[in-house]
Amino acid sequence: MSQTMFDLLLRSLWETVLMTAASGLISLLFGLPLGLALIATDRGGIAERLWVNRTLGAVVNGFRSVPFIILLVALIPLTRLIVGTSIGTWAAIVPLAIAATPYYARIAEVSLREVDRGLIEAVRAMGGGCWAIIREVLVPEALPGIVAGFTVTLVTLVGASAMAGAIGAGGLGDLAIRYGYQRFETAVMVAVVAVLIVLVCGIQWIGDRLVARLDHRA
Amino acid sequence: MTQHFAAIEGLSPLDAARSETVVRIVDLKRRFGQTPAVDGISLTVRKGEVLGIIGRSGAGKSTLIRCLNGLERPDGGQIFVEGREITGLGERELQPLRRRIGMIFQHFNLLSAKTVEENVALPLKLEGRPNAERLKRAGELLELVGLADKAKAYPASLSGGQKQRVGIARALAARPAVLLSDEATSALDPETTRSILALLKDINRKLGLTILLITHEMEVIRSIADRVTVIDAGRIVEEGPVWSVFAHPKSEVTRSLLGSIRPQLPEQLAARLRPSGREAVLRLDISGEAARRPLLSELATSIPGRFRLIHGGIDHIQDEPVGTLFVGAATETGGIAAVIEFLNHRGARVEVLGYVADNV
Repeated sequence: MSQTMFDLLLRSLWETVLMTAASGLISLLFGLPLGLALIATDRGGIAERLWVNRTLGAVVNGFRSVPFIILLVALIPLTRLIVGTSIGTWAAIVPLAIAATPYYARIAEVSLREVDRGLIEAVRAMGGGCWAIIREVLVPEALPGIVAGFTVTLVTLVGASAMAGAIGAGGLGDLAIRYGYQRFETAVMVAVVAVLIVLVCGIQWIGDRLVARLDHRA
Repeated sequence: MTQHFAAIEGLSPLDAARSETVVRIVDLKRRFGQTPAVDGISLTVRKGEVLGIIGRSGAGKSTLIRCLNGLERPDGGQIFVEGREITGLGERELQPLRRRIGMIFQHFNLLSAKTVEENVALPLKLEGRPNAERLKRAGELLELVGLADKAKAYPASLSGGQKQRVGIARALAARPAVLLSDEATSALDPETTRSILALLKDINRKLGLTILLITHEMEVIRSIADRVTVIDAGRIVEEGPVWSVFAHPKSEVTRSLLGSIRPQLPEQLAARLRPSGREAVLRLDISGEAARRPLLSELATSIPGRFRLIHGGIDHIQDEPVGTLFVGAATETGGIAAVIEFLNHRGARVEVLGYVADNV
């Protein structure tokens, strides 16, 4: 592999990492509160508001049903409004984050729902309100699942960012399609896949380590 | 200011002098759909006492105890905690009141992500106390329950009994006026149960803590309660001092709940009972004075016949002797009536269970 090719691979790796990290962070920031809102407002939840729950659920499902490649194009006006341009790495972060947020919200919701109701009851019985339950019970108790779910989301984002090549965002996936697939450069394809494997394994390894450290349940 | 102080400390003499009643429940009702879970229960819990509420599962005791701290909303009736009515209060108004009520649970409900120390300090954190004060209090309480060395451990590494000790320490952290115990020993083995009950009794004596506990085990009532209330189908069927309910159970429910801890005629003997025979088998329920006097020897000197103890024993509940004896009485024809009269006269309740032909 030539030096140019190697530089290209490095740059693509950086673009993928940037897109994954930025959109991942945004999805965590918005997805976790959304997941909390989904379980809190549900029937029997700590702040039961059924109509809020139904509305949030419908919006989440709506976003999750749109194929990412369509979302990428459909969100161009919004992207232009936020980033100022509709092409490039930063432009891809907007649709990636918007797709990942409801996805992560559902994953977080599953972990939060698994928190023993008895614990919520215990904190209510000692005079804790809704906010105390979120802070002292729901988030800390579900944290291993919240982190594990975030790991899954990041890996999914690595995959989804490949499609962002369609709007000129670059990244490893884009490199693999343009050089490896369209120009039949098998060496590039193999190199990209190898880098992706290492990246995904790295994310998963860090995630697993973190979960093991946070989990005091067993 | 004085009042405010008393309300925080909970155990100050001022508070004790002001009101003897910590919890008062008046005609409480709660139904689920068409089924009433609590159907008109009235009771009071006095300061410093241990009141046990017992019933079979589904009798409504859990619903009752959960109404006390507003985890369950009653449909009717009133609940007063330290003289203040809590029925009809909103969730936000209930929060400061719940801090006056500690609660321990069957499954401990400790937070797995927090250390033992953090678990115990949590009620104080919710009250907004500074960290140093919280940790100091948590340390004292862990000392009290004998787990000072486990402060930094996580609950998952503790045994069931240790978890419940942490639960007790946590329930006491905010210096509550009353401790509610919801089947706190039901998930523990008999030996651990005894040690947890001993701890509760010890805390009750040392701190003068008022305890209201619900259970389905008479053994729990026997070991720590001062008074007992038996409930069935959402209603009170019997109540009184523990020794007196144990000595004179009035309802069928109480008798059946007592069944497991009171002496029963062994089955192989019961199978040999006949409607008539030479020797009558009597069941004597005795308590108080009747159990203190040399009843059998008096019987033997007053009425001719052979009397022998077959089974049974005398237990001491709240320092009162309460016992059940199974006695074989071989008398002349018609002598049994005299025996029963003699025993009744001396305060024993007698029941002729049957007769056996010869020695059993």
